Amino acid sequence: MAAKVRIATTSLAGCFGCHMSFLDLDERLVKLAEVVEFDRSPITDIEHASNCDIGLIEGGVCNSENVHVLREFRKNCKTLVAVGACAINGGLPALRNFIPLEECLAESYLDGIGVENPQIPSDIELPLLLDKVRPIHEVVKIDYFLPGCPPSADVFWKFLTDLLEGREPSLPYELVHYD
Amino acid sequence: MSKTLTIDGKAIPFEEGQTIMEAATAAGVYIPHLCHHPEYTPHGSCKLCNVNVNGRVCSACTFPAAEGQNVINNSKELNDDRQKITQMLFVEGNHLCPGCEKSGNCQLQAVAYHLNMLDNHFPHFYAKRVVDASHPEVLIDHNRCIFCTLCVRASQQTDGKDVFAISGRGINKRLIANAPSGLLKDTDLAATDAAAHICPTGAILIKRTGYQVPIGERIYDHHDIDEVSLKVEKV
Repeated sequence: MAAKVRIATTSLAGCFGCHMSFLDLDERLVKLAEVVEFDRSPITDIEHASNCDIGLIEGGVCNSENVHVLREFRKNCKTLVAVGACAINGGLPALRNFIPLEECLAESYLDGIGVENPQIPSDIELPLLLDKVRPIHEVVKIDYFLPGCPPSADVFWKFLTDLLEGREPSLPYELVHYD
Repeated sequence: MSKTLTIDGKAIPFEEGQTIMEAATAAGVYIPHLCHHPEYTPHGSCKLCNVNVNGRVCSACTFPAAEGQNVINNSKELNDDRQKITQMLFVEGNHLCPGCEKSGNCQLQAVAYHLNMLDNHFPHFYAKRVVDASHPEVLIDHNRCIFCTLCVRASQQTDGKDVFAISGRGINKRLIANAPSGLLKDTDLAATDAAAHICPTGAILIKRTGYQVPIGERIYDHHDIDEVSLKVEKV
C-alpha cells in the first residue's frame, strides 16, 4: 500500500471557521482518511509539522508566533495552501489595520468598558503583535488559494481530490466566493 | 449595409460611430468592464476592457469600431492582464467582501469571479479611507471606491446635478462630494438619483436596504457577469 499523503493544518489569525467548514466534509472525511493522514493540526494535537505533502493555513498573520508557525509550515510542506479570506487578504482581523496598535491595546486593556486592573499584557510567553495584520502570501510563498469565508466543504473536496488524483487544482464558478 | 469587424474570429456588424464595446455588446459578446456603462459617456479608466486591435492594445469602451478590424478579446494573455488589474483594485482599496452588503451583487467581485481570481497577489495597501454616513439615506464607504466615475457621470448626465467629482492624483485620488463641508448630507443628492444607484461596488449604498436578498439568490451567486451584463446592457 502506498504511503498516505500527509496533511498539516493550522489556524493563525483566524476563527477556526475554515476548519469547521473542512469538517463539513462529513462522511467524505472517511473516504479522505483512506488516502491521507494528519500531521500537525488541531485535529491531532501534534505540535510541530514534519515532512508533509500539503499544508492548509487558515487566517492571516497578526503576531510573531503566527510568523514562526507559517515559516515552519513552509519549510515542512511541499504544497502550501492559503485557506479562506483572512489568509488571503487579512480578513476581519485586518480591520484593526486602520487603528494604531497602541489605541487598540488601550481600548482593550486600559480604557475599555468593564476593564479591571488596567494593564497592557506583557509577558515573555506572549507573542508580540505585529503593527498590521497581513495576508500570508506577503510572508511566504503560497502555492494555492481557496477563497471564501469560509470556503465550503465542496471547495476543500474539489481541491484535495484534484491534487490527490494528480490534476492541476481548479475551482469552477460556483465554488469561487469571497464571502 | 452595415460594416463588420471581427472579435476572436467572429464577424461582428457595427454602425459608423459605435465603439468596439458597443458593437460587441449589441452582438452578444461580453468584454469585461467596470467603468463603462452603456448610458454614459465612456471614461476609459479601468482598463478591464483592454482588447487587442490589429496588434495594439486599446480600451474597447473608447476605441471606435472600424471596417475590417481584427479584435482579440477573450485570450489568456488579455484575461491575465485583466486579472492583474483587478487584483490591483482589490489591494489599493479595502475590499473585505464578507463584511460588505454589496457582496453577491457587486460588479468588482463578479468580474474577479469571472476571471477566476483566487488571490490578490500584490501586497495590500490597507489605505486609511473614511466612511461618510452623514446623508440620511445614502452612505459612501470610500474603502470600496475604485474611481470609475460612474456616480460623477450619472449625477451630471441623468440627474442634472453635479454631486460628485474625483479630486487629487495618483495615490491621493479620492471621490469628493460637492458641498463646502465635503459631506454628502450638504449636497442635493436624493436617494432616488441615478448617481445613488450606479456604483458597481459597495462604495455608494442606500441605507437600510442591505442583506435583503439571501445568499444564493443574489445577482452573481449562480450567474457569471458575462451573462448578466449582456442581459442588462444589450440595447
